[in-house]
Amino acid sequence: MSELVTLTIDGVEIKAEPGTSVLRAALENGIYIPHLCDHPDVSSVGICRVCIIEIEGRRPTVSCKTPVEEGMVVTTSNEELEKTRKINLELLVLNHDYNCQSCAKNSQCKLQELTRYIGLDEERIKAMREPELPHEIDDSNPYYLRDLNKCVLCGICVRTCEEIQGDGCIDFAFRGIKTKISVLGDKPIAESTCVTCGECVTRCPVGALVPRREMEPTYEVETICPFCGCGCAIAVGARGGKLVSSRAVPGSPASGGTLCVKGRFGLSFVNSPERLTKPLIRKDGELVEASWEEAISYVAQKLGQYKGDQFAAIASAKCTTEDNYVMQKFTRAVMETNNIDHCARL
Amino acid sequence: MAGLATALGSGAMTNTIAEIETSACIMAIGTSTTEAHPIIGYRVKRAVRNGAKLIVANPQEVPLTQFADLHLPLKPGSDVALLMGMARVIIEESLHDQQYIEQRTENFEAFKQSLEAYTPEFVSDMTGLDWNLVVEAARMYAENGPASILYCMGITQHSHGTDNVLAISNLALITGNLGRVSGGVNPLRGQNNVQGACDMGSLPNVFTGYQQVANDEARSKFEMAWGATLSGKPGLTHTEIFDAAYKGDVKAIYLIGENPVLTEANAAHAIEAMDRVEFFIVQDIFLNETAQKADVVLPAASFAEKNGTFVNTERRVQRVRKVVEPVGEAKPDWWITSAIANEMGADGFAYNSAADIFAEITSVTPSYAGISYQRLEEEGSVQWPCPAPDHPGTPILHAEKFATPSGKGKLMPIEYRPSEECCDFDFPLILTTERNLFQFHSTMTRYSEGLDELSGGEYIMINPQDAEKMGISEGDMVEVSSRRGKLQVKARITRRCQPGVASLSFHFAECPTNLLTSAALDPVAKTPETKVCAIKIEKA
Ligand code: SF4
Ligand code: SF4
Ligand code: SF4
Ligand code: SF4
Repeated sequence: MSELVTLTIDGVEIKAEPGTSVLRAALENGIYIPHLCDHPDVSSVGICRVCIIEIEGRRPTVSCKTPVEEGMVVTTSNEELEKTRKINLELLVLNHDYNCQSCAKNSQCKLQELTRYIGLDEERIKAMREPELPHEIDDSNPYYLRDLNKCVLCGICVRTCEEIQGDGCIDFAFRGIKTKISVLGDKPIAESTCVTCGECVTRCPVGALVPRREMEPTYEVETICPFCGCGCAIAVGARGGKLVSSRAVPGSPASGGTLCVKGRFGLSFVNSPERLTKPLIRKDGELVEASWEEAISYVAQKLGQYKGDQFAAIASAKCTTEDNYVMQKFTRAVMETNNIDHCARL
Repeated sequence: MAGLATALGSGAMTNTIAEIETSACIMAIGTSTTEAHPIIGYRVKRAVRNGAKLIVANPQEVPLTQFADLHLPLKPGSDVALLMGMARVIIEESLHDQQYIEQRTENFEAFKQSLEAYTPEFVSDMTGLDWNLVVEAARMYAENGPASILYCMGITQHSHGTDNVLAISNLALITGNLGRVSGGVNPLRGQNNVQGACDMGSLPNVFTGYQQVANDEARSKFEMAWGATLSGKPGLTHTEIFDAAYKGDVKAIYLIGENPVLTEANAAHAIEAMDRVEFFIVQDIFLNETAQKADVVLPAASFAEKNGTFVNTERRVQRVRKVVEPVGEAKPDWWITSAIANEMGADGFAYNSAADIFAEITSVTPSYAGISYQRLEEEGSVQWPCPAPDHPGTPILHAEKFATPSGKGKLMPIEYRPSEECCDFDFPLILTTERNLFQFHSTMTRYSEGLDELSGGEYIMINPQDAEKMGISEGDMVEVSSRRGKLQVKARITRRCQPGVASLSFHFAECPTNLLTSAALDPVAKTPETKVCAIKIEKA
């Protein structure tokens, strides 16, 4: 660890790692500076300009792009700053489709947080508003909705796709008032190279990117994704005995807090009405439901006749380690054969 | 993973997933990482952003290719020629790590001699690659350390998969990339708990922790622990089991959580084998195509309905926790198997929980001895080998010495063996199988709403040149036939496949790709050759 830098923000002395931005240093020390386009997982770009501050001896500047320096004296709030901030915010929300009550992001929205802190002059905005919402909702992806009428052009999704997922499927397009986030050729997202990892969806600070099939869970349990050998840790949400959500566990050593489409959106097979719920035994050529007692005693009686190398077990790489241990122990110790394998070779 | 075990004494990923991001060079061979192991794909792309060199060796133009410094579109099945060719360049140009070779490896001279067969002409001929590309790849790999090699199905799924793996470990050994942070040879395992299933001895020749059944000492230890007499004769492999069932030697099969009707190479043969078995038990969460053939079907709890552990591809043991109650009367797999054992009068199956079982596992498995549920609760995860409770676990294998008897990494001479299945006039194309990001080897993804929609169904990918020759256009229904079977599917015309090669994925029951593929076996690992199969395509 390198030596910490000491600076003063609004008269409070704080210490920070060199290289940290004033914004992140302030937030880490419990000092709020309003901000929208900054996200700890991606690089800072300073485009929303609501995080402006004043540093003694310099012109006002954005705090997310200013690294801390020894002895720096920072002011986060004065009349001038508040005024600029308000104008910057108004520009961002000019055509914002405010309907917080029915918005998926309600109460977790960064824009609400900003509005609360900075305040808006509703009448003034109304007067400037376009009469129609400029964008149609893009519902082409089965797992998330894009409602650009709520987009604040923070670019967090663009940087997420570029820096975290790595493909860079989306970008800013057009200029001025027409600027929007778009894919190549301005097509619906489903026709793009987007792999539906959902990383941008989890980081969008407002209700512009929202999951479609999720519900708020009653509780969450941390477990491991059942799909591939990466072993990403997931926090699975349940409600009424069904799985209703899944998110990455931050800091999971394998995934580093990311997921792919399967771990994030692909767990609903557990809720499928086609799940097997009772043992079945073939009688007169048909599989018919049976009780566990009946099934176990039938299987035990039959397997008793096949001990030795006429028996074989095929275990599963989808089952737990414990399931596999019991299966091979059963094959070897009870069925008296080493005829056991699974699909790993594939 | 027999190959890696021979040379290095272990068959798992040597390094951690996170280390990939700080490698100076990554060679991804036979893996479409972004699709089969997405989050590892993210890390590879981030490594490239940080300046790492990326070599993609793959017959197909897989998505990762667009980030690569070098793409080697080799002929399917010619990996050994490429890898040995690279080794030849490295040694000829003195790019190898002499000190490392002397101190940490053995058999260098024999290995060096075997390289003589891999002349530029021979390697170019076998791989279809310009020799200059091979030279460039060799330099890139050897000059940018630490370098990590990633590989998966593509490389093990050949009748000579074991040789492929040995050729990879040779490359890493001569450049000193084993036992080094951000280096290593890293097999990316397919399903979530392949590593755990192997570690537990769901294999015909080993008990837990790769203790050989043929080893008297190991066997008597397990006989003591389990209170049973055990056979020292290695059992049958997956494919051999179906062969034996076909012949009538295996009469009863107990199958858990697999769907061989869909996934078995040469599926027609496997289906016939299942029909011939006298007693067939299937334990699954769905009544899939295979379960429909069973005499008894036992309803299993899904991953979200039980406790236990999964072990990921970097040997990391992690806790699986119950989220909801099992549907209907479904039960955890261990509970069902134990109930059968108890009913048969066996001792040693009176487990009350997954935790009971894990405690028994650690008592008989030296590489797991230091792990406990309590530790996993406190630390989140532990990477084996972890021989004692105060041992921190092992992120990087072979750091001090190799797990071979001599403690040295063995360089292996390899003779080139072409793929068993060859093209001819009647079957002019090579078919390879592969997976799609949105589908996964089995039924689970089919029952998750939305994934089907994204995957765009099953299709065969054909290069535009071949398509033109055969008069096939995008979206046409075509009939694909091999020496073993045929099927109908939609055509997708794409440069992702090189001329002469077509590719299908194997996920949907409606289109069982593996009806077409070959069951020629790798003589050591006994992996069926589902990656190479000669076919012809006609408009349906
Ligand atoms: S995005 Fe935020 S501010 Fe906009 S409607 Fe939704 S909750 Fe309200
Ligand atoms: S979609 Fe969301 S993350 Fe992307 S720019 Fe708009 S508000 Fe920001
Ligand atoms: S879902 Fe993933 S791939 Fe698609 S745009 Fe968002 S970050 Fe990019
Ligand atoms: S989330 Fe994706 S990458 Fe992670 S374990 Fe699941 S399937 Fe693999």
